[in-house]
Amino acid sequence: MVDTAKIWSLLEQVNDPEVPVLSVVDLGIIREVRGESIPEIVLTPTYSGCPAMDVIRMNIRMVLLSSGYHDVKLTTVLSPAWTTEWMSEKGKEKLKAYGIAPPLPLQQVCHPGLFVREEAVACPHCNSYHTTLISEFGSTACKSLYRCEDCGEPFDYFKCH
Amino acid sequence: MIKDPLIDYTLHLADNVLVLGHRNSEWTGHGPILEQDIALSNIALDLIGQARYLYQYAARSLNEKGMPEVTEDGLAYHRDGWDFKNCLLVEQDNGDWAKTILRQFFFSAWQYYFYQQLEGRKDKELAAIAEKSFKEVSYHLRWSSEWVIRLGDGTEESHRRMSDALDQLWRLTGELFVPSSYEKQLVAEGIAVDLPALQPLWEQRVADVFQQAGLTLPAPGWQQTGGKEGKHTEHLGYLLAEMQFLQRAYPGNEW
Repeated sequence: MVDTAKIWSLLEQVNDPEVPVLSVVDLGIIREVRGESIPEIVLTPTYSGCPAMDVIRMNIRMVLLSSGYHDVKLTTVLSPAWTTEWMSEKGKEKLKAYGIAPPLPLQQVCHPGLFVREEAVACPHCNSYHTTLISEFGSTACKSLYRCEDCGEPFDYFKCH
Repeated sequence: MIKDPLIDYTLHLADNVLVLGHRNSEWTGHGPILEQDIALSNIALDLIGQARYLYQYAARSLNEKGMPEVTEDGLAYHRDGWDFKNCLLVEQDNGDWAKTILRQFFFSAWQYYFYQQLEGRKDKELAAIAEKSFKEVSYHLRWSSEWVIRLGDGTEESHRRMSDALDQLWRLTGELFVPSSYEKQLVAEGIAVDLPALQPLWEQRVADVFQQAGLTLPAPGWQQTGGKEGKHTEHLGYLLAEMQFLQRAYPGNEW
């Protein structure tokens, strides 16, 4: 049997290359670790077009290799589809400290209703809720762009998905 | 190429999103403002990501049927225009911002209802891809609907451009609801989505947005079809010539 607890702790060292404060475990994209002779890691993408996924897969192999796991199986699953609800609380705190507003606990924008009320997203710098959506699409697929009307800083919001 | 309705269907869905994703990517660096340039580039990424899952699935199926050399890249870069099964709407040239927006809106609205249905069909791979993609398409639909309204109900100039786009694109929307030969068989098997059943939902959505946009829904009329069976408009050839150039000139090249 593979020592799954050890693999999980090693995966904590693999970061999302585009949001380097988050590990792949924080992000909630590791769905399962299993295996009899070699470790099999089951992962799911955040967004279909996320270019970080290939880098993440390579980094997982590198980290495991440096701990002596020469043979690793990586399996991608699409269903159930990833949701920001799978992000760890620790991960959300790390995001905020890094200057990215973490996803709100309740999904508000994942429906096609038009001109919906903007989400009340707190500025990660000054905690003000006096913020404005600039664009629903941000620097990466998983983020949208906001501006704080109090401290004047623009910031990324890790949108609900 | 092996003839198999499920593989043809998967390629049809893959070609749809690859071709529209590529069209949208042509805007990268040329968007009217930075935020919308980023938005359309993000939508392009989502669509090309969906295309990858579909091509990977098609390639695996072809490998199992005795074509071990086929890969996702091979399917995207080494097939000719008549092999592509995308609908005509997605291959149209970008035109101006209004035409790009309207094309995206028509297609996102179709995808929105289509993926919802595909999620409940019998093929597990396609259902999983649909479940994943549906969440992304919800964003695309909202974004493009709001832009159709903004332009249709905007200035005289933006309204004129949106009306011109409608004149150019409307006759290509009917194809979205006409089942191809490979779809007819799969519908009976519970694998493919029943397209005519989607049409009223799509039309209702379009009518709602058009009403807010001050646009008139065209009367039912002649609709051009053929893309799903490999008969394309002149635009696809130019798109492929650019998209496939590198892999045609330097097969298998990587960096």
